[in-house]
Amino acid sequence: MMPEKPRIEGCFAFNGGDFADAGQAAIELKARLAALGVPAQTVRRAAVSAFEAEMNVIIHARAGSMYYVIRGGELLITVTDTGPGIADVELAMQEGYSTAPKWARDVGWGSGMGLPNIKNNSDALKIDSIVGEGTTLLITIKLGAEGQNENC
Amino acid sequence: MKIAEIADKLGLEVVNEGQWEREAKCCYASDMLSDVLANGGEGCLWITRQSHPNIVAVAAIRGMAGIIITGGKQINPDTIEKAGQEQVMIFSTPKQTCELAGKLYMLLSNEMERG
Ligand SMILES: Nc1ncnc2c1ncn2[C@@H]1O[C@H](COP(=O)(O)OP(=O)(O)OP(=O)(O)O)[C@@H](O)[C@H]1O
Ligand SMILES: [Mg+2]
Repeated sequence: MMPEKPRIEGCFAFNGGDFADAGQAAIELKARLAALGVPAQTVRRAAVSAFEAEMNVIIHARAGSMYYVIRGGELLITVTDTGPGIADVELAMQEGYSTAPKWARDVGWGSGMGLPNIKNNSDALKIDSIVGEGTTLLITIKLGAEGQNENC
Repeated sequence: MKIAEIADKLGLEVVNEGQWEREAKCCYASDMLSDVLANGGEGCLWITRQSHPNIVAVAAIRGMAGIIITGGKQINPDTIEKAGQEQVMIFSTPKQTCELAGKLYMLLSNEMERG
C-alpha cells in the first residue's frame, strides 16, 4: 500500500511591527522543503522569494499574510496585503527602483532588488495590485530537478 | 579554510557561537540585504556594517557560513538572540570593511593556490 503523501502548507500573518522578527515564515518553509528532499538550489530559491515578498509587505504595506501549498509538483506561495498598492508594476519590477522609507534603508533594505529577486528565483510571478486597496503576489516554483516534479 | 582558523588569523571577536568546523570558501561584502539575497553564495562569509536582526534571517535563508560585522559597531541584543536561535555565527571586528575584506580574500585565495 502506498503511504499517503503529507500535505505541505503553511499560513502566516505579517505586520509592520514584526520587522525585527521577519523571515520566520521563509526559514520554516526552507526547513520543510529540505526535509522533503527538494534540491538545495530549489529550496533556496523558494526561501529567498518568500522572504523578499514578506519584507515588501512589512516595509511598503505594513499588514498582510502569506499562504503556501505544494500541489502538482509545484510550490505556490501567495502573499497578499492591504497596503497602498503599486501604481506602476512594470516600473516597480525594474532593478533599482525603490520607494523604501529611510528607516528601512538605514538597515539595508531599499536597493530595489526584491521584486527582481523574486522574478529571478521563481518559475512564474503574477502581481495583482489595486491602488488604495492592496497587492497580491502569486509565486510559482517547480519542485524537483529542472521542474521534473519528482518529489511531490 | 575552517571558520575557526579564519577567526583566529583575523583576530575576530565572537558575538555568537556556531559551527567552528564549517569550511568557508568564499566571502561577500555588501550592506544591501536584497543584494546579499541575490548574490551571497552558499557557505560564504558575509562582511557587512549592518547589525539589525534582519541580517540573521538573510544569512540563514541564503545558507551563509557566518557574518562579520565591521567598524566595531555595537550589536543589537535582538540580533544576538536571533542568531542563537538560527545558529548563525556572528563575529565583530573594529576594522573597516575594505581592510577586513582584503585580508580575508588573501587568506582564502592563498589557500586555494596551495590546493
Ligand atoms: N507589497 C507592496 N505594496 C506596495 N508597494 C510595493 C510592494 N512591493 C513592492 N512595492 C513597490 O515596489 C518597489 C520595488 O520593490 P522591490 O522589492 O523591488 O524593492 P524595495 O523593496 O524598494 O527594495 P529591496 O527589496 O531591495 O529592499 C518598492 O520600493 C515599492 O515602491
Ligand atoms: Mg523589497
